[in-house]
Order: sequence, then C-alpha cells, then structure tokens
Amino acid sequence: MSVSVDRDQAFLDTVRRVADELAGPNADSVDREARFPIETIEGLRAEGALSAFIPTELGGGGVAFETIAAACFELGRRCGASAMVYAMHQIQVISIVRHLDDAPWFEDYLRTVSREQRLIASVTSELGTGGDMGRSVAAVTPAEGGACTFEKQAPTVSYGAYADDLFVTLRRAPDAEPSDQVVALARKEQLELEPTGTWDPLGMRGTCSPGYVVRATIAPEQVLATPFPRVSSESMVPVSHILWSHLWLGISTDAFDRARAFVRAAAKRSPGETPPVAVRLSHLMSELSLLRAEVSSALAEFVEASDEPGRERLTTMASALRFNNLKIAASEQAPRVCQGALGVCGIMGFKNDTPFSVGRHLRDTMSACLMVANERIHQTNASLLLIAKDV
Amino acid sequence: MTEEIRKIVADHARLSIDAAGLAADADLYQAGMTSHASVNVMLALEDHFDVEFPDRMLTRDVFESIAAIERALGELRGSTVS
Repeated sequence: MSVSVDRDQAFLDTVRRVADELAGPNADSVDREARFPIETIEGLRAEGALSAFIPTELGGGGVAFETIAAACFELGRRCGASAMVYAMHQIQVISIVRHLDDAPWFEDYLRTVSREQRLIASVTSELGTGGDMGRSVAAVTPAEGGACTFEKQAPTVSYGAYADDLFVTLRRAPDAEPSDQVVALARKEQLELEPTGTWDPLGMRGTCSPGYVVRATIAPEQVLATPFPRVSSESMVPVSHILWSHLWLGISTDAFDRARAFVRAAAKRSPGETPPVAVRLSHLMSELSLLRAEVSSALAEFVEASDEPGRERLTTMASALRFNNLKIAASEQAPRVCQGALGVCGIMGFKNDTPFSVGRHLRDTMSACLMVANERIHQTNASLLLIAKDV
Repeated sequence: MTEEIRKIVADHARLSIDAAGLAADADLYQAGMTSHASVNVMLALEDHFDVEFPDRMLTRDVFESIAAIERALGELRGSTVS
C-alpha cells in the first residue's frame, strides 16, 4: 500500500476535527439516550470520509489502510460508538475493495458509495449457528426472473436502521453446506428489515444494534465471486480486529488522558509534592503502552503481509492466530486501562458529569470481549495450535 | 496414496456425503468439512505419512481436495528426498 503523505494527513486532520467538534460534544447524549451518533456520521459524510479507502479511480479518497486505522483511533478518543460505526462501515468497504476482482457490479457500487456516501452495515451473526461466523443458515435462493432472495435471522445488526446497504453472509445455495458461504451486498431499496428486539445495553449504546429478520431480493451479480472464507481470512477478520483494536486503544487513551488531567489538577493544588495517585498513573501508563504496542505491531504485520503478491501469508493458520491474539489481547487490555483510570480518578471518575468521568469508557470497552466472544476465539485458536508450528 | 488420503478424509473430515464416491478434485469444504475438521485431517495426515506441514502450507487451499492434499504431500516428500 502506498501512502500519499499529504492526502492521508489532510484526511486525518479532517477526521480529527469531526471527532473534536461533533463526536466529542455529542458523546454523552449518544450514550445516555442510546441514540445513533448522527452528527458524527453526517460530519464524516460531508467530508467524503465514508469512501476514504475506495481507490481514486472509483471516486474514493484513496487513503492507506494505516490511515483508516488511525482515523478509528481518533474517533475512539472522542466517542466509542461513533468510532465503532465508522470502523464497521470501513470493514465492509475494505473487504469489497480487496476482493472485487474487477466485477463490474461491485465497481459501480463503489462509485455509488463514493458519490452518495452510503453507509454499509454487516449482517454476519445469525441465530442457529452458535455464534460461529464461519457457518450460515440463510441461503442465496434462486427466484423468478433470475433474481435471488434470502431471509436471515440476525440477533444483532449494528446501526441496521441507519445503514443504506447491508453486507450479508449466506450459504451459496439452498443445498449448500453451512460452511459453504458467500457474501452479498443488498441495497436498501431491495431490503426489508423486521425488528426483533430492543437495544438498551451496557455500553457502545450509540451503535444501535437490535436484532432483525432481514429479507431481500437481489441480482446474482450482487454476490461477491470470492468465497467468503477467503474474504474472511484475508480481509474481514484481520481488518475487523485491527480497526476495533485501534478504536479500543482510542477509548483507553482518552481514559488515560482524563486520569492524567486529574493527577495534574491534584499536583497544582499542592505545589512541590508529587501526589500519591501519580504513582498509580505511572502503573496505568505501562498498561496503556502494552496495548499500544500490540495494536501497532499487528497493524505493521498486516500491512506488510497485504503488500505481498497473492497475500498468501494472510491465509495461513499462523496469521489467523496472530490476528485472533490481537483481538483477545486488546479486548482484555482496553477495559483494564479504563478501570485503572477509574482507580486514579476515584469518585470523580465514577460520576458521569465531571471532566474526569470514565464510566462510558469502561462500559464501551467492556463490549470488546463480546464482539465475537473471546471464548469462541480461544476455541478456534486451541484447534489451530494443534497443527500450527511457528506461532 | 490417493486411497490412503481418501481413508483419512473419510475418517476425519466429517463430510455430509460418502468420501468413497468423492472425485479427487471435489471441494472438501463444499462437501461439509469445517475448519475444525480440517485440523483433524491435517493431524491424521502428518501422523500417517510421518511428515510435518510447514506453516506456509497450512492454508485452506492446500487441503481443499484429495488431489490438493496429494500434491502437498508429494511436495513435502520430494523435498525430504533431495
């Protein structure tokens, strides 16, 4: 991936401004009301940030993957839910860009995303699969006039009500095995969403992720030719884990910054003395730096492997283990840092209306270990470890 | 070697169809082999043929059919001879 420094820097400056001016000021109300972070997403739309990763020849911004990851970090520092919505949208865009194989329908679609700044949500989880993304129940089903239909029972669809289009995993055909999956892009006008649940969770409240029954009629060209297992191992899984980790790092960094501000305020009240709580801040810094190191080394490895011809390294078990480990480590470390920040700030951090409040940070990062449950990832790793050699 | 591989696939891949009638180039994943089952196939192959698949060969494609597995084993055994 080539990084155009000026273009990428300008994009990042823009995202930082949206984060400071729109995501931050609305973060508390988004959290309190469990409402979609519309201000942030509209702000990003206005700046063309939804097509940032799409190549310039398809009308997009052409920025590098590293820059998208940095954008998730910046948004995460101001509003975890805004960052998660942006990250999830980018996961769909990046998966399509990396696997479209010159398919005309998908090229046209990406031009439309660039022009209309369409927001894409994903429908990967499904009832009846035990939380295994590598299996589907719903199938691409041939219908009249050469069209295809499907009906999928999704326990959660993040920002489903606000998305323009859905990226949906399905079995290849009605008689296909559960693991014989493809991924299809269904546009809003082809979709029917029937809500099946409510949304009043502990954290990441602005992602608005209730369950739905998703029904659609699409054209066969809207199914990506690359089989989903390849899209998943080469792109969707590592990209998800990297972008999520960046925004969890962003949330944790803001919690740390609030703890540091608290310690500085204490120091100003008693000049000449280092406040006792400053030592706790030092402990917290070492926890944060562990998280930062894991996130940045995983990013560097992914970018390097993506630049290799054929991206073969990303299809190995060693690679699956690598990016699974990132998910597990980052999702456990982020709430640990936020809880540490709460320990530094004490009651001032526990209260929801002080400059040192870190309750939202803690609650938001507690969702991390559930987004593809860590225990399920451990089960996969345990199986891979039986055969992988150099991990 | 094909029949030995077929036997291992039959015992460990947990296919939804009978491995005896499977074409050598038939996609095992489409026949119902999960990634978890594929690990058991790999372990059984290593044990039976007394080889170790290096990490670069531990990919989905290498184990996608009986023929692909045979090629991989051929490559491994060829490299131990030379």
